Amino acid sequence: MAKFNMNPLKNPMPTQDAEVRNGNFDEVALGYTAEMAIDEAKRCIGCKNRPCVAACPVNIKIPEFIAKVAEGDFEAAYQIIAEDSSLPAVCGRVCPQETQCEGKCTRGIKAGCEAVGIGRLERFVADWHNANCSVQPVPAPSNGHKVAVVGSGPAGLTCAGDLAKMGYDVTVFEALHVAGGVLVYGIPEFRLPKAIVKKEVDNLKALGVKVETNMVIGRVITIEELKSEYGFEAVFIGSGAGLPKFMNIPGESLKGVYSANEFLTRSNLMKAYRTDSHTPIQRGKCVAVVGGGNVAMDAARTAKRLGAEVHIIYRRGEEELPARREEIEHAKEEGIIFDLLTNPTQILATPVSDPRDPNFGWVSGIECVRMELGEPDESGRRSPKVVEGSQFVIPVDCVIMSLGTSPNPLLKATTPALQTLRRGEIAVDEVGKTSIEGVYCGGDAATGAATVIKAMGAGKVAAKAIDEYIQSK
Amino acid sequence: MYQIVKKQSLNPTVTKMEIAAPFVAKKALPGQFIILRVDEEGERIPLTIADYDRERGTVTIIFQIVGAGTQMLNAKNEGDCIPDFVGPLGKPTHTEGLKKVCVVGGGVGCAIALPVAKALHAQGAEVTSIIGFRNQDLVILEEEFKACSTDFHIMTDDGSYGRQGNVCVPLKELLEKGERFDEVITIGPLIMMKFVCATTKEYGVKTIASMNPIMIDGTGMCGGCRLTVGGEMKFACVDGPEFDGHLIDFDEAMSRSRAYVDFETRERETNCNLFKKEVQ
Repeated sequence: MAKFNMNPLKNPMPTQDAEVRNGNFDEVALGYTAEMAIDEAKRCIGCKNRPCVAACPVNIKIPEFIAKVAEGDFEAAYQIIAEDSSLPAVCGRVCPQETQCEGKCTRGIKAGCEAVGIGRLERFVADWHNANCSVQPVPAPSNGHKVAVVGSGPAGLTCAGDLAKMGYDVTVFEALHVAGGVLVYGIPEFRLPKAIVKKEVDNLKALGVKVETNMVIGRVITIEELKSEYGFEAVFIGSGAGLPKFMNIPGESLKGVYSANEFLTRSNLMKAYRTDSHTPIQRGKCVAVVGGGNVAMDAARTAKRLGAEVHIIYRRGEEELPARREEIEHAKEEGIIFDLLTNPTQILATPVSDPRDPNFGWVSGIECVRMELGEPDESGRRSPKVVEGSQFVIPVDCVIMSLGTSPNPLLKATTPALQTLRRGEIAVDEVGKTSIEGVYCGGDAATGAATVIKAMGAGKVAAKAIDEYIQSK
Repeated sequence: MYQIVKKQSLNPTVTKMEIAAPFVAKKALPGQFIILRVDEEGERIPLTIADYDRERGTVTIIFQIVGAGTQMLNAKNEGDCIPDFVGPLGKPTHTEGLKKVCVVGGGVGCAIALPVAKALHAQGAEVTSIIGFRNQDLVILEEEFKACSTDFHIMTDDGSYGRQGNVCVPLKELLEKGERFDEVITIGPLIMMKFVCATTKEYGVKTIASMNPIMIDGTGMCGGCRLTVGGEMKFACVDGPEFDGHLIDFDEAMSRSRAYVDFETRERETNCNLFKKEVQ
C-alpha cells in the first residue's frame, strides 16, 4: 500500500440529504467512518514546516495526531489533541478550518488541490473517543490554589480545563441553568448536538472542575468578593458578547421581530423547536433574517426547519458575506433565499388599528432598498450605497435581526475598576491581564464577537498567565 | 436545588412561597427580580422579589397563577425543590433621599410594591399607599401595607371592598388637594400603570413604573424584554426593570406582552387536562 494518499481532493463529508435535513434538527454532517478517516489521514505528507500548527489558535500538534489516525490508533490520536484542546468534538465541528489550519496546509497550495480535512479528522477522533473510551480523565494532584472562571463558554471552559490539569481548584460560574455558553444557547443542534457539549463539560468535571450554574457574577457575587470573601486567588472572565444589536429602524419592537440571540436561545437552549417544549417560538410562514454572518445562517436554517420560507437580507454582495463558505453552501442547499445587496429601511405592521385585536402589532413585511457597491473603504471592503428609488417590500411575518453582539455590560456596571474599550470590550494585554490585579479576561468579552476557537485560544493563554501570576506571588 | 420552605395561598389565584436561596438572599434588594424554572424542561419564569431574609437565607416570591409555568409552580409544596433559581437581577429601586412617596400597587403587583413601601418606611419616609384589586376575593397584603403607610387607600373595581373605583381616583384627589410627593412608584398591570403615569404627568410628579416584560435569560442577552423609553430602546432586565413612567411607551409594551397569548392558552389547557387526569 502506498505510504501517502495523493488524491488532490478531500474525502467528502457524508451529510444528510438537504431536502431531508431542512425538515429536522438532527446533525447535518454525519462524520467520517474509520476507513474514510484513515484514507484522509494518509493525505497528510507530514511536511517539515508544519504551517497548520502555527495557524491553529491552540496549536494542536496536527501532523502527529493525523499520523496516529493513519496508523488506526485513534485513542493515541485523541490523547495528542487533548494535550492542547479541551473541546475537540466541538472544534472539529465549528472551527473555521479553511482560514486556520487547513488554510495553510501544504496539500492545498496548488490550484485544484484541497487541504487535508483536518477538522473532519479532529471530529472523527473526538467522536471515536467519546463512543469507545470509558476511561475517565484523572484529576491532577492539587496545588492548593483556587481560581474562579466567570462564564462557561469556550473561553471559560478552556481556561478551566487547562488550570485543572495544572492542579488548580477551579470553579466555573455560569449565569444560565446549563453550562456551555454560546455552544448551548447559540449554535443549533443540527450543527453541534448538545449531547456533545454536555460530554465535553462532563470531561472537565471529571478533571475536578466545579460548575456552578444560576450564578450571575456581578449581581450575586462581585468580582472583588470572589477574591476577598471566597478566597479565589485569580479570576478569569469569559462572559462573552451577549448583548444583541438592533438597526434602529422603525418597527423593530413589533411582535414577530427577534434578535438572533433570542430566536436561537428559544430554539436551542429552551428547545422550542420540539413540539413538547414549554417555550413558545414564532413559527413564521415567511421569515427575513437580516445579516450575513454565521449566526444569521444558524438563525435562517433554524427558521427553515421550523417550516418557513426564509430570506437572508444582506447589504453587501455574495463575496462579502462574513459567514463561513460551508455554512453558506449548506444554507443554499437547504433552500434559503439570499437577497443580497439589499438593506432594510423599516419593518411594517399588520394593518390593524384596534390594540385589542389579536392581530394588532405584528410584523407584516419588511421594506428594503437595493444597494450597490462603491469604492473600497479604509478596511478594504467595498462600502454599499443605496440605489435611489429602489424601495420594495418583502411580505414576511417574522424578522430576525442578526447584526452582531457586543460584550455584556453587566460586569463593567458592577465592577467599576474594570477598564473597558469603546464598544464595551474589557481592556486586556496580550496574555489577558485586565486593569485589576489577578483578574484576567479572554474571548468575546475582550474582543467583541469572534469565533469559538479564538475564545479557546485566549482561555489557554490566560490560563498560562494565571499560573505564572499565582506561582510568582 | 432550591427548596420551597414555606407556601401560603394569599387568594385563589395568588400564592406566596419562601425559597431557600442563600446567595440570592444575601444580595437581594427591593425592585430586583429572580428567574426560576420548575423542572428540567421548564420555561424560565421571571418574578420580582417580594421579600428576603438574609439570616435564614430565603427569598419570598408572590405569583399569580396565570400560565402553565406558574400552574406547575403552584403544584409544588413545602419541602419540594425546584432546579433553578437565579438572581438577584435588574437594578434595585432607587429610594435614597426620598422623604414623601406615594406607592401605587395593583393586583399581584402589590406583592412587589410592598417591599418598596417597607424600605421607604424603614428609612423614615412618609408613605402613602394606594392599592387596588378587581374584587374583595383578590385582596392581598392589606395589613402589611397598613403597617408601613402613613396614609392608606384600598380600592376595588366592583366596590365589594374598600372604595369603588381604580387607583387613579384617590391618586388624583391627593394630587388635586396639593399633596407634594417626591415620587410616585407604581407596580401593577400595564394598563393601570399607564393611567397612573398619565395622571401624575398632569401634575408634573416624577413617577417610576416597574416593568415585567417577556424575557428569557434576564442578563441582557436575548433582547426580548426591550421597551421604548423616551424614544430609545431599553432592555428591562439590565437597564430596568424600573423606568421613568412618563417616558415609557406603554401601548407598545402592552402589545408585546400579548405575543404568546395563544400559545399560553393552549399550554394552560393541556396542563389543566393533565392535572385532571392526575386527580382521576
